[in-house]
Amino acid sequence: MRALLSAGVYLPRARLPRSSIAAAHAWFNPNLPKGGERAYAAWDEDSLTFAVEAVRACTSKPPPQDDGTPSHHAFGAIAFASTTFPFADRSNAGLVAAALGREGALQARDHGGSLRAGTSALLAALQALADPACPDTIVVASDTRAAKPASPQESVYGHGAAAFRVGRGDTNAAVLAEYLGGASVTVDFVDHHRSDGEAFDYTLEERWVRDEAWGKLLPGAVGPALAAAGITAAAIDHCVVNASAAVHKKLAAQLGLREGVFVDTLGKTVGDTGTAHPLLLLAATLEKAAPGALLLLIGFGQGIDALVFRAGALAGSSGNGSAAGSFGAALAAGHQEASYTRYLAHQGLLEMELGMRGERDNRTAQSVAWRKRRTVTALIGGRCRDCSTVQYPLTRACVNPDCRAFDTQEEFPLADSPAKVKTFTEDWLAYTPSPPLVYGNVAFAAGGNAFIEFTDATPGETAVGQPVRFAFRLKDRDALRGFHRYFWKAVPVPSHGHGAGT
Amino acid sequence: MARGIRDQVAIVGMGCSRFGERWDAGPDDLMLEAFQEAVADAGIERDRIEAAWLGVFYQEQSTSKSGLPLSMALRLPNVPVTRVENLCATGTEALRGAVYAVASGAVDIALAMGVEKLKDTGFGGLPERPKGTFEDLWQPGFTPPGAFAQLGAAYAAKHGLAMQDVKRAMAHVSWKSHENAALNPKAHLRNRITIEQALGAPMIAYPLGTFDCCGVSDGAACAIVTTPEIARSLGRREAVTVKSLQLAPSNGVELSHASWDGAHTPTTRLAAARAYAEAGIAGAEAIDLFEVHDCFSITELVLMEDLGFSAEGRAVFDILDGRYDCSGAKPCQIDGGLKCFGHPVGASGLRMAYEMYLQLLGRAGARQHSAQGKAPALGLTHNLGGIPNRNVAAIGIFGLMDV
Repeated sequence: MRALLSAGVYLPRARLPRSSIAAAHAWFNPNLPKGGERAYAAWDEDSLTFAVEAVRACTSKPPPQDDGTPSHHAFGAIAFASTTFPFADRSNAGLVAAALGREGALQARDHGGSLRAGTSALLAALQALADPACPDTIVVASDTRAAKPASPQESVYGHGAAAFRVGRGDTNAAVLAEYLGGASVTVDFVDHHRSDGEAFDYTLEERWVRDEAWGKLLPGAVGPALAAAGITAAAIDHCVVNASAAVHKKLAAQLGLREGVFVDTLGKTVGDTGTAHPLLLLAATLEKAAPGALLLLIGFGQGIDALVFRAGALAGSSGNGSAAGSFGAALAAGHQEASYTRYLAHQGLLEMELGMRGERDNRTAQSVAWRKRRTVTALIGGRCRDCSTVQYPLTRACVNPDCRAFDTQEEFPLADSPAKVKTFTEDWLAYTPSPPLVYGNVAFAAGGNAFIEFTDATPGETAVGQPVRFAFRLKDRDALRGFHRYFWKAVPVPSHGHGAGT
Repeated sequence: MARGIRDQVAIVGMGCSRFGERWDAGPDDLMLEAFQEAVADAGIERDRIEAAWLGVFYQEQSTSKSGLPLSMALRLPNVPVTRVENLCATGTEALRGAVYAVASGAVDIALAMGVEKLKDTGFGGLPERPKGTFEDLWQPGFTPPGAFAQLGAAYAAKHGLAMQDVKRAMAHVSWKSHENAALNPKAHLRNRITIEQALGAPMIAYPLGTFDCCGVSDGAACAIVTTPEIARSLGRREAVTVKSLQLAPSNGVELSHASWDGAHTPTTRLAAARAYAEAGIAGAEAIDLFEVHDCFSITELVLMEDLGFSAEGRAVFDILDGRYDCSGAKPCQIDGGLKCFGHPVGASGLRMAYEMYLQLLGRAGARQHSAQGKAPALGLTHNLGGIPNRNVAAIGIFGLMDV
């Protein structure tokens, strides 16, 4: 059977209370919503770094290896959907794969152009499985849409990503959700648009969209999808559709859905994550759905995608057993950042005084980046064949002072290696869009040391000995040449604090 | 077995410019200022210099590359000038070049000059610079205080100390250097501070506050070196000689290997062992006074142990006991150190040697050290170029010899 085999979710740590937005704009528009909060990307995150995290969560599998390093499910294709790709011409999916240490025999494709791209990529991957040669595919959808200050979208939008591993399952017992059928309709309906090079969406009248688009287009896709699945609308247990309560009400009446089947669209906790949102909601729903439950997933944007699933035996848990990558864990890991100007600055919507150190030229020597891509993009270190010493970065000569052999290094992946803080500082002098710049040395459980930047570290809460995990993040933006460069950063796992006091 | 450098080379003249924010002077002016003092001190004609070594670090941002800036500033008679650079050990590296040239017999008289003109770069601290096409892809965009601050948390954790106690010793380090520099007319920062001021200063890079960081200064320092025989022909009967010059660069252990604890500088320990052996002394106890690379207070603190002046884990207590104050058993930074004399990078190693030269000859004026009424006999200088994760340790030992 064609199925979703596992899921992974990533939400950025920062959550902005909508009351902060409302308070900042009270003089301009006193009627902005005040309840709840929305997730937003830190300065060093974008849809691509989100995608890497969601895919890691989706593909990581217990049990851990001897040294505590988890292993990963293989895949033969990766499809990345977004309307906010960092690169218009450089394979974003290919870069996600490279960050995971994957290159070579692999299909990578980007899906964009519409908020429907996420469900379209999922549907395409499921339909492609009709070809027996089609490999398991990772489908990841991720978005970090910008919104104009004081616009309704500023309060409504959120940032996030979700990924599914799409493949074949022998029985319902081995899958997260069994695919039962799907269909699409496409029309050129412009409820909102964002032209090439524009920073913000232009959004039309909500009631017109409800009546003319949702109301009239949905049956054209849902009917055939339900027919393919061989079920009626009344049998649906969970309807995943990213729309307002008013639209839900209209659809329920129109399609014959049961009351209470619409899942929470996370408007007060995460916000609307755009292309990612249907997949994010599906992942969240599958964490709670009973095995056997029937789900209808809707994607909207210049038409409709409708997909019908039956929850598998893996549903109702975190999907892949990795609590760290579950929706529940991602939601709980939120950290309230009440500063509205911090949000603006991290979105690039407020030009801060960065000082002379911010003038540093971040030109990338692409030939070096290519030679060192395994070291930089995939955080792969070396292990000496002679003495087994692990080191970062990999070099021609072993770093062990008692060995120093030449040309004995083998690749040793470190991105998932457990590690602890050896030294650190919070540097208020160094340039960073989010002071202080936190960095230090981390000791890998497998051996070896890395001098590395930290991220998502709250000042005063880092300590020697604290565990860290590694996350793929933006290292620098090269504004002169329009390039983004990425590297891995250590994320302190929240626990104690400086300990020794400040 | 090589015999080493001990007592093969004498210093017959030294000079040092006033350090500070020298808005009035360019690198050529600073070099001339130091050189005029040194050449007068040596009592020789400029043209007797047969070769010169120029140490400058941020060459692109101030002085320009090659040996030309020195040759042209002093209008040297087209003698060989070699420009050297080894991070903050640059000044000591320049001296090593000149001393080795004399010891080899290739020349009779050589000049070592170190200079740095930092205040034209526009930065408050040390200027930003690219770290390498590969390094910039992965290393943090660190600053010097942040890179050295790493020692703080690791040292406190290693020895089970509360950071507030380590901070108090760090504050004492800086307070002491301000006290000493108040007596030094060439020092950049001559104001006195209180321990409370240091402890209450704004954080630069945890746990380093403003007063835990050295001055970023313009300045130049130089030495004229020759053989003991020529020193005698110049009228010297007792001369300052080089007892040892040692250098130990990292080879990657601190950056990549699990063995480094982040709380000490292994290169300093290696260089110290070699330097004590070359000088023919047992260890730190033979040294009367010394200058270390106190770019940050925490650096000076851990160096007390790395050089062997304090036992492991005892630096905090020795510092607070006043052991390294100018009135203590082993005065450290009696001229104010990098902290207050200032830190024009390429000049710093030679500035330290300048202070030892003055102290050994009893010419240090108001800050002259005397132990039981006698001028000191053996002084040590130490530089740590780079950052704890990858660095160059340089040590010089200087003493007196009858010539």
